[in-house]
Amino acid sequence: MKIPISYSFRNLWTRRLTTIFTTSGMALVVFVFASILMLSAGLKKTLVETGSYDNVVVIRKAAGTEVQSGVDRLPASIIETQPEIATGPNGRKLVVKELVVLINLQKRGSNKPGQVVIRGITENSLTLRPQVKLVKGRLPRPGSSELMAGLSIAKRFQGAGFGETLHFSMRDWNIVGVFDAGNTGFNSEIWGDVDQLMQSFRRPVYSSVLFKLRDSSDFGKVKARIENDPRLTLEAKRETTYYADQSEMMAKFLRILGMSLTVIFSFGAVIGAMITMYASVSNRTAEIGTLRALGFMRRNILYTFIIEAMLLGLVGGCIGLFFASFLQLFTISTLNFQTFSELAFSFTLTFEIAYKALLFSLIMGLVGGALPAFRAARMNIVEALRAG
Amino acid sequence: MQIIKLIYRNTLRHKLRTFLTILGLTIAILAFGLLRTVVSAWYAGVEASSASRLITRNAISLVFMLPSSYKEKIRQIEGVQTVSWGNWFGGVYIDEKNFFPNFAVDPKTYLELYPEYALTPEEEKAFLIDRKGFIAGRKVVERFGWKVGDTVTLRGTIFPGNWDFVLRGIYKGKYRTTDETQFFFHWEYLNESMKKTSLRRADQPGFFIAGVKDPDQAAEVAARIDASFKNSVTETLTETEKAFQMGFVSMTEAIVIAIQLVSFVVIIIIMAVVANTMAMSARERTGEYAVFKTLGFGKWHIAGLIFGESFFITMTGCALGILATFPAAKAFGDAMSAFLPIFHVSAKTIYLGILASVIVAVVAAIIPAWRSVNIRIAEGLRKIT
Amino acid sequence: MENKNPLVILRDVCKTYRRGSQTIPVLQDINLEINEGDFIALMGPSGSGKSTLLNLIAGIDKADCGSITIGGVDITTLSETELARWRGLHVGFIFQFYNLIPVLTAYENIELPLLLSDLSKKERREHVEMTLEMVSLSDRSEHFPSQLSGGQQQRVAIARAVVTDPTILVADEPTGDLDRVSAAEILGLMERLNTQLSKTIIMVTHDPRAAEKARIIRHLDKGYLNADHKTYL
Repeated sequence: MKIPISYSFRNLWTRRLTTIFTTSGMALVVFVFASILMLSAGLKKTLVETGSYDNVVVIRKAAGTEVQSGVDRLPASIIETQPEIATGPNGRKLVVKELVVLINLQKRGSNKPGQVVIRGITENSLTLRPQVKLVKGRLPRPGSSELMAGLSIAKRFQGAGFGETLHFSMRDWNIVGVFDAGNTGFNSEIWGDVDQLMQSFRRPVYSSVLFKLRDSSDFGKVKARIENDPRLTLEAKRETTYYADQSEMMAKFLRILGMSLTVIFSFGAVIGAMITMYASVSNRTAEIGTLRALGFMRRNILYTFIIEAMLLGLVGGCIGLFFASFLQLFTISTLNFQTFSELAFSFTLTFEIAYKALLFSLIMGLVGGALPAFRAARMNIVEALRAG
Repeated sequence: MQIIKLIYRNTLRHKLRTFLTILGLTIAILAFGLLRTVVSAWYAGVEASSASRLITRNAISLVFMLPSSYKEKIRQIEGVQTVSWGNWFGGVYIDEKNFFPNFAVDPKTYLELYPEYALTPEEEKAFLIDRKGFIAGRKVVERFGWKVGDTVTLRGTIFPGNWDFVLRGIYKGKYRTTDETQFFFHWEYLNESMKKTSLRRADQPGFFIAGVKDPDQAAEVAARIDASFKNSVTETLTETEKAFQMGFVSMTEAIVIAIQLVSFVVIIIIMAVVANTMAMSARERTGEYAVFKTLGFGKWHIAGLIFGESFFITMTGCALGILATFPAAKAFGDAMSAFLPIFHVSAKTIYLGILASVIVAVVAAIIPAWRSVNIRIAEGLRKIT
Repeated sequence: MENKNPLVILRDVCKTYRRGSQTIPVLQDINLEINEGDFIALMGPSGSGKSTLLNLIAGIDKADCGSITIGGVDITTLSETELARWRGLHVGFIFQFYNLIPVLTAYENIELPLLLSDLSKKERREHVEMTLEMVSLSDRSEHFPSQLSGGQQQRVAIARAVVTDPTILVADEPTGDLDRVSAAEILGLMERLNTQLSKTIIMVTHDPRAAEKARIIRHLDKGYLNADHKTYL
């Protein structure tokens, strides 16, 4: 680069106000772009981490989610007899039959309603879900009206905190424990004894069966056997796949909305950059003429203006990314369109998102600066000098 | 009139800059219009709700049903005029991504309570007679190309199996806000099947809808209904249709708020950039304006010239932006019809867009106009080299 | 005795401007020889074509006919890229409005033409400091043009013009924007460049005091070069 980059920097600095406006526009576009990617990544992470690759979820065929599914006692017992199920440290098979329903709870502070998953569990449920760790209190005793709440629910909903009481189905339920399930969807659930819950909700059927494979590669075999058994109208999925599928609708929605916003706004940012760069070229016509007279080539002029525009983009991109990174402090709590249940997830910034965002900002700068740079390069020396 | 000609000619001088500024504004107005439409689409269900309908459901959550015996009890509550009932069916048409809402309802009472789903008398009659019949909104019928008499199969998710239905009527929404993507079939058809295959689940509607005589009494009637089932095995939660819809909206509020926030700020920035550009142009021409003064133009002529140009550019951008909003909204609405079935650009949105443009025009012109009005001729002339 | 080596030779040079269908002749039948070490002033009324002639010699404009040979190279045959390279090596510019780059310091402005060469940073530094010394501005090397007076800016411009040790110096109204004192300074500097460093200077000017410093004066009128010329020794 014959013309030093400091030349471009200083020119941006000289016309500070315009530079600030233009980079702010770029920063905002990059912010929106990055935040959408971060939201999708956060959503994916939450739902995908919610689940182990070696676990298999069995629900009624075509039900889609545990909430809509019903597995009778007999089919459930048949699943329990599958030979591929792993054995736990206590000598028992690692298989559980669970009930999953939604209940209405009121949010703290706003009294607005939310639909929360209540899961009826048994002893091995925790073993099958190593991501779940008890952080306060204890596990609910089998046969009791006790519950434990996921961290997100304990925090956000009235009556769901440690030591508090929920009332439904004409019974009082005490929250005796709080568990932390990291980034997974389990943090948005309340767990209790499956038999007690089935009784009080008067649901004689389970919602799902979950088991761990002794050998992960056995999945295909077990799946085929379960789905082809005429006695059962069930389907089997790896737990990770099951949860990933549940986010598809949300992810798609976020993607469409987010990308359209980004596209529209990026047009605006590029135009802002174009206007700024055209003005820049226009103000420095005599300079351009001088540089050409001194012996600099058309392409030197072209590059220097393109670099200036890309710097605008890059600065905007860094600022946007910087602010976007703070989003990681926030958690979004919303209704999952597919499961109709409360879901809390946060923004996740990955290296890939960061470099994509910066690349995007560079491209915006490039597109915005290209035409003005060409105009600068195509100038006639004598006319340019005269304009000064 | 000379002034107008001058204004027009001036804006053509820097064709490129003028073009880009107008384009920038067009995009800002377009984005604004689109976002406001998305937000109002979110609340469309609430908008369409009636104050004289109450929704009764299981107090625990939507996942639990109610005994059909409640029908009579609700009908007898003071203030209740008509009672209907139904279930959210949640059937899938070929693929999950073809999502549209589908319900099993008691046809006669449901149509009484929902006059906004308009059918011809023949269609209504055909629907009532055929137990396997269904009616669907214009939008969903157009989407899949169904014709009256066609058999449509839905794959049950909550109620397993493949269910066949025959299209008997296509309803058109009476109001702009009416959802035309819904699918209704006979509750009896569902219930009979349940009696045969899964007796435990029979005779259990998911919701009751009560039409009240006097909308002002809605809250009281709702309370009465819930009171009558309090402390029974199945408690109810009754609320106005509006409150019911709002409940759903508020569950996804976080997203709407985020959209509103981002759009507000971004649009301000784009506006600021555009205003800056126009102010730049006006500043560059202070010398010219001094010349105008020597030619006898008064202070207010100059100011008028500056404001005039500013308005010409902003209003052109605004008009283009508003025009572009409609096709963009259509495209967007089609892509998102599964999530946001009602997608209309409201008049309020257009007015707000115009208002915003006027503000930009004024803000961009104020300082340069003030300066140029006050510039001494000699000073201004010196700016021309 | 002067060295009578023709450095710049113009033969039958002409230049016309095209405006739509109209052609306006700006220069016609220009034949001129400038010797190495000459200090020549081109004068004439507005529209006489003197600036255009300067631009042609400097290689920033193309002649429509004829040949312009400088230092043995016919620049009318060079491509745009070759011409740019040639300018960088052989021409030093002095403009009426200095044309310094506002965001670069005096040092950096002077260094600018050297960035086109292969000199190392250290070598560039030597050249720049030497020319700063020459124009007596060593103490202002880190100042920006906005922090310098008109006369000082022109001196920086002159330093920039000579830093590459060019074959010719072209000056377009070098004193046009300066007060009497600064103008005298600049002209004195240019005179020294010519007499002490044998720089060939071609200057366009209105200013009779500037013309006085030059030893050869040629007049242009309506695009033609007047045959008679004054020569001062």
